[in-house]
Amino acid sequence: MDKPTYARVDGATLSPSTRRRFLQGGALLIAFAAMGRRKAWAAGEEPSLRMLGAGDADKDGAAFQGFAPGGFIRIGRDNSITLIVPSVEMGQGIYTGEAMLIAEELEVGLDQVQVVPAPPNEELYQQPLLKSQSTGGSTSIRGAWVPLRQAGAAARQMLIGAAAAQWGVDPAECAAQRAIITHRPTGRTATYGEVVDGASRLPVPKDPPLKDPRDFKLIGRSVRRVETPSKVNGTAVFGIDVQVPGMKVATVTACPVFGGKVASVDDRAARAVPGVRDVVRIDNAVAVVGDHFWAARKGLEALDITWDYGPNAGTSSNGIWADLKARSETGQPVQARRDGDVDGAMKAASKRVEAVYQLPFLAHATMEPINTTVHVRPDACEIWVGTQVPTAAQGLAAKEAGLPVEKVILHNHLLGGGFGRRLEADSIGQAVAIAKQVDYPVKIIWTREEDIRRDIFRPAYYDRIAAGLGPDGLPTVWTDRVTGGSVMGHYFPGGLEQGKLDDDAVEGAKETPYRFPAVQVDWVRADPPVPITWWRGVGPTHNVFVVESFMDELAHAAGKDPVDYRRALLQHNPRSLAVLNLAVEKAGWGNPLPGGSGRGVSLHDSFGSHVAVVIEAAVDPAGLIGLKRIVAAIDCGLAINPDSVKAQLEGGILFGLSAALYSGITFAGGRVEQSNFHDYRNLRINETPPIEVHVVQSAEGPGGVGETGTVSAAPALGNAIFAATGKRLRSLPFRREELRSQGSGRDVLSKGPAGREPADNDLTRLARTGE
Amino acid sequence: MITLNVNGETHRVDVPPDMPLLWVLRDVVGLNGTKFGCGIAQCGACTVHLDGKPVRSCILPVASVGARAVTTVEAVGQSPSGKKIQEAWLALEVVQCGYCQSGQVMSAAALLARNPNPSDADIDAAMAGNICRCGTYSRIRAAIKQASQA
Repeated sequence: MDKPTYARVDGATLSPSTRRRFLQGGALLIAFAAMGRRKAWAAGEEPSLRMLGAGDADKDGAAFQGFAPGGFIRIGRDNSITLIVPSVEMGQGIYTGEAMLIAEELEVGLDQVQVVPAPPNEELYQQPLLKSQSTGGSTSIRGAWVPLRQAGAAARQMLIGAAAAQWGVDPAECAAQRAIITHRPTGRTATYGEVVDGASRLPVPKDPPLKDPRDFKLIGRSVRRVETPSKVNGTAVFGIDVQVPGMKVATVTACPVFGGKVASVDDRAARAVPGVRDVVRIDNAVAVVGDHFWAARKGLEALDITWDYGPNAGTSSNGIWADLKARSETGQPVQARRDGDVDGAMKAASKRVEAVYQLPFLAHATMEPINTTVHVRPDACEIWVGTQVPTAAQGLAAKEAGLPVEKVILHNHLLGGGFGRRLEADSIGQAVAIAKQVDYPVKIIWTREEDIRRDIFRPAYYDRIAAGLGPDGLPTVWTDRVTGGSVMGHYFPGGLEQGKLDDDAVEGAKETPYRFPAVQVDWVRADPPVPITWWRGVGPTHNVFVVESFMDELAHAAGKDPVDYRRALLQHNPRSLAVLNLAVEKAGWGNPLPGGSGRGVSLHDSFGSHVAVVIEAAVDPAGLIGLKRIVAAIDCGLAINPDSVKAQLEGGILFGLSAALYSGITFAGGRVEQSNFHDYRNLRINETPPIEVHVVQSAEGPGGVGETGTVSAAPALGNAIFAATGKRLRSLPFRREELRSQGSGRDVLSKGPAGREPADNDLTRLARTGE
Repeated sequence: MITLNVNGETHRVDVPPDMPLLWVLRDVVGLNGTKFGCGIAQCGACTVHLDGKPVRSCILPVASVGARAVTTVEAVGQSPSGKKIQEAWLALEVVQCGYCQSGQVMSAAALLARNPNPSDADIDAAMAGNICRCGTYSRIRAAIKQASQA
């Protein structure tokens, strides 16, 4: 890694009136695509920056005097530089990545800036690709790539212009570096802070020239992340860490059956628990408020609640699977794609191969359990939370509080994991409904059990895929029928009309890296009786498992090496071919392995990137799957911060492997059967093999990265298991019972629907004692 | 009243004796660096040191702490092993979302204090109780090794 730079995320010296002054100071606006249109700051945004340390700086009435060209840059007369980044930080390194884009063109070092998150404001911070102020879908860098550099370039041009005017020289003779402007012929210098007043009076350039990438000083270098120092010494403030004067702490239990309601509550025992202050009932849940979480939790356990379970009390996984299968076979599909003579090619095929793949519901299980702190006052609602959707959360809270949206003040925070869960604001709406019944601020923390059971789940899918092979063994026709719920129908206001295609349901299936003479992809909508939403990797995580596992099946059916087979279908796709070749070369594809071991490969083009992963795994006679080595190659175009790209691949792959090996949400009697990390398991360090990530040097525009590793994981592992055992596992999570050798006397401790509890008592001891 | 020694300071707290140390630290003492993850000692986010030994504070009744010194992530950097771990964590960019990292740092600092040169197996044994959903494990392993050379 290159010599690191650093910056702080705390200690911002902006205050509300400071920020008003920014905008009063001049008609300074940088209008780029959807980002940057000027609008007066709504009252609701102001305290977000105050939360980051501006605090009392404004009490003396000293207003900010400085330069504020649009929403992303603030430069004070004291040369303090603040970069306001539009995306939320949930581990992906986006505070750093977006700050790099601005700093590169602004000609400042990351050690010279403070980075603060954007307050809710669609006008200023709408993400151009998502068309909302949201962070997700591996879109942040792609959305910010042009606008944030333009913001930096425009500001630099204005600052240089101001200095040149002050000196009476040609701006073309001046250059900026590390926030200092130099007039080259004379050597005169001025700091940015010294020219902010002049710069504020200049018009904003409409189309500022951007640097030639060859001149980049930051972009393309691995730099230290800006927020990590606070995360190793306990000073980082996640939503759950917020402390508000007079605050109480609550925990909540919602009806265990989705759609159910509270019939009655006997709270006498709960109110008798020392430290319990209030018991609050809402439509479908009961919360207990205490002086601290422990009192609230003890109180919650003492509640005697009678539920009206409603229409879903009979929901079960068996029923859902039977429904998905039936609809896949008899339902009306929505066509995503049909090219070539599909029927004719299938009839003419030398060989036909078909398979059914099944993927379970998944929970997100972010390490930071769901929480929201709310203070509802008669005239305003103030919220402290970590959310991927600050404006949507603000809107929902306003509706729940019965207040105009500008009266909802939302302070966004670092997220202790998102993975799609914090694209949902359900828990924020619930928190407001609870908080409006008390007259003090209340922090509502879900227990882990509540977090798992009341998650909004990645849908289950039942997919039927088939191909016809020609005389050369290569596919002449390919059909893929996806059956599952509509995430877009759940997520977007107004839903998705019946008969319309949910692009997410077929993403990764409709377009693959390969070219087939005839292809048909369709989707049968089958919305389950439980809530569903986005999960890391979204459509591709689901579909690429099916496509890449099946590609392996076809290679074996044709008697070909899986890598050679893919290569033959990639001649039109040099970027995917290159990452495939790189990954297999680095992995030593073809080199001999011990018995019971195998290598599997997966390849996909998702989120604008191309990724190949090779996993080496061993399967023992008891069916235990051991991960031995992981090699990944990614072409994500220009990598802004290459070390962050590697980190996202490493982590994304492990996230996907946790799901492939262990995760699955099941229902019985309308209830989620899992509850905590003992039965919704996660990969641990002792199960983690060495991981190598190779980042292809590329001059293409940047692609998305955060979800790509997760997409690759399950198919690469499934293919490795096949290589090791000859057994094709078509359902997730992989069931080791199916891999047990005949006659193996070893029994495997099995518990719960996931069925993969560690047999290792040491692990339980480790977890309990830390020794 | 229960008397606690936290990060070298004495705190007298009026809490139920069965209240886990985690919630005393977070909601009474006001130290929020120690995290709540599962409440059943499965994830390690709540790891603190008692006389230098790592424990899961989410299931540890405060009354059982006694006179033992409690060290949290806010103060672990004052010990040589804690400082080395924090520095290695930053040098190798271990952290992603960071929520589990308080616990990871505490487990790693305790390991390094009692075993200055841990093997992969030692690291696995000491760190397997700490879950990271972001998947930072390979960097954790590398950072502990780097800290052991520092």
